[in-house]
This record gives sequence, structure tokens and C-alpha cells, in this order.
Amino acid sequence: MPDIRKVRRRIKGVQNIAKITRAMEMIAASKMKKAQERGLAGRPYAEKIEQVIADLAALPDIGLQHPLLQRRPINRAAVVHITPDRGLCGGLNANLNRQLAGFILQQDINVKVIAVGRKGRDAAARFACDLAAEFTGLSDQPSFIDTLPISNIIIEEYTKGIIDVVYVSYAGFVSTLVQKPVMKQLLPVEPAQIPGGQNVDYIYEPGAEAVLGGLLPRFVEMEIYHAILESIASEQSARMVAMRNATDSANELIGDLTLLYNKARQEAITRDLLDIIGGVVALE
Amino acid sequence: MPSFTIDIVTAERIVYSEEVNAVIAPGVEGQLGILPHHAPLMTILQAGELVVRKGEQEEIMAISGGFLEVRPDHVIVLADQAERAEEIDAARAEAARKRAEERLKDKQATGLDATRAEAALRRALVRLSVADKIKRRRKL
Repeated sequence: MPDIRKVRRRIKGVQNIAKITRAMEMIAASKMKKAQERGLAGRPYAEKIEQVIADLAALPDIGLQHPLLQRRPINRAAVVHITPDRGLCGGLNANLNRQLAGFILQQDINVKVIAVGRKGRDAAARFACDLAAEFTGLSDQPSFIDTLPISNIIIEEYTKGIIDVVYVSYAGFVSTLVQKPVMKQLLPVEPAQIPGGQNVDYIYEPGAEAVLGGLLPRFVEMEIYHAILESIASEQSARMVAMRNATDSANELIGDLTLLYNKARQEAITRDLLDIIGGVVALE
Repeated sequence: MPSFTIDIVTAERIVYSEEVNAVIAPGVEGQLGILPHHAPLMTILQAGELVVRKGEQEEIMAISGGFLEVRPDHVIVLADQAERAEEIDAARAEAARKRAEERLKDKQATGLDATRAEAALRRALVRLSVADKIKRRRKL
């Protein structure tokens, strides 16, 4: 026999939770849309820069001479691990961190971790990784400039020869329902293959080498920026789905509890009636 | 009048994309005028004013470095940052100029910091000059 008052309090509590998760779902939906739009807005820049680098790297006299293009024997690797700052987004964080752990275990060389986002940093600290740097508290709408310190670190360490290969790990956005952890090589830059016969003879000012040297760091910065934007879109869509599930479960629970409450109430009324009738009968 | 398309893009957005007749850009080796049928060119830009001419109209933009690519059919500017004149916050640029000047006075040329401050100063000056030109033009 459940306590009616307790059940009623429980229903109130679950209703409040449902309200909160519903609100979080809507907030996540709008943030996801914004992050996606920003990702799309930067696409022309990304496509252009990729194409120009491919053009330049194909030139016989300068191709692959730049430090950011050069392949070295690999002694030390680094991973830029991009995760959300917050939880409540389903299995997203767990999947990302598992990917990182698996990756590090596979390597037989020292792997440094550069953590972007609190969840990844915490995980890296738990795994006792070599945490080289951490960046937390990026906003939901980071500007390009906000992400520059991250790219500066890796470009600097790579150029100095402290690390020989850099990977970036982030939540790839497949669709609203599916986010896939991605691990891809960032440095050395691997220029895309250009289909033959598309080369235009450019005049380079002040020179092909200088142009390539200026473009490559931009390319790395942009890749990081895009990975962060994509990771935000993934985070928000994962949160949206998680919160929708939570809202649905809460509503279901409210239904069950209401049934329980009504049954208990009816039972109580019946019992009261029986008492009264019993009393009346006893008096007669 | 012959014309060509110009796209000015940054990593964050498309700033400008239209059919124009001429472009004047701040190349690292000096001002650069581009008219239709220009030879293919790829150059680094420095912080400066980028002027776009469309018939009788002219639009000025502040850019803080980047790259310019001339293709047979169109021109692409990959800017680090770019602002159309009406988007410039003159007060903020003024504040940035003061900050950069102070920093330059403060630390007499200590390598990286000085270079950074100088770059910031140049960007602020470009913004101010663009904002100023637009204001004056409106008064006329």
C-alpha cells in the first residue's frame, strides 16, 4: 500500500525533471543548428585553401620542402583530443575517451595529449597520459581567434621537432542521431591529390615558397577550428537526443505513477467508506 | 562593362560575394589593382584596405592579412579577418590602437611581443581609416 502523499511528491518531482530535460532539448537543438551553420559558412574557405595547397605541393621544385609537409621518422606522437566541457549527452564522451585510450594503447611510442574540453582532460588525467596542454571553457560559439592558441602549440612543437606526428580526435557529425568518433592525421599535412591537367600557371607573389609557407599554418588552424565546430554540433545533437529520451522516459514514469496514485486514492476512499458504513451498522 | 566575381571569405563566413568591375588589394609588395582578364596570380596580402569597384559605386573593406587568388573567371580572397566598412566598431578599434601603442612604448622591442603589438596596431589603424573614410563620404 503506497503512501499517497509520497507518490504525489514523486509525480511532482518527475514532472519538474521532464520540464528541465524538455528545455535542455530545445536549447541543444538551437545550438546545434548554429554550430552547423557556422561549419557550413567556413566551407568555401576550407575548400579553397585545400586546393591551393594541393596545387603548390605538386610543384616539383618546392613540393614537400616545407617543414609542415615533411615526413620524419616517428618517435613521438601527439593527439589533440577534442571533447565537450559538459556531460548529459549520452555516450558521446565515453566513446571519445575510449577511442583515445584505444589509440594510445596501440602505439608503441610516447603519445602526448592536448586536451580541448573538460571531459577529455579529466579522462586523460585518469588514464595518466602525458597531458601536454589543456584548453577548457571554450564557448559554444568559439570564434576562429579563440582556437588559435591550440593550433599554435602544435605547429610550434611540430616545427621544433618535439613531436613528429599529430592526430586530432573529435566527434564527427554524421547525422543528428549518429556521431562517430574520428581520429585523423593533422601533421604532417598530406596534400590532397589533384586530378591531372587542372594546373593553372600562377604568378606567385612574393614567391611560391612564401605563399605555401603562409598557407600551411592557416590550413592547420582551420582544420582545428572545423574539428571544434563539428564536435560542438555533435555534442549538441547528442544532447538533444539524450534529453528527448529523458523527457519521454519521464513522461512514461509520470503515467505509471499517476495510475499508482489513482489506485491508492480509490483504495483509501473505499476504505474510508467501509469504515463509515461499518460504524453506522454498529450503531443501529 | 567587363566584370568578374569576387568572393571574400574567412574561416568563419563569406564576407562578400558579388560581380564587380575592379578590385584594389593590399599585396605584400604594394597595392594591387585587378581588372577583368588579369593573369592567374596567387599572392599574400597584408593588413590594409580592400576596395571593390562596381560601376560607379565603391565599397571599402578592412582586411587583416590573407591571400588573394586570381583565376581566369574569378577572384578569391582568403582573409584572416575581413570587415565591411559598416561592420567596423570604431570605438573598439580606437581602444585596440591605444592598447597596441602602449604596449609598444612599454616593452622596447622584445621580439615576439613587439611584432604582435605592431601587427595589432596595423590592424587597428586600417579599421580606423576605413571607418573614417566611410564617415566622411556619408557627410558629402
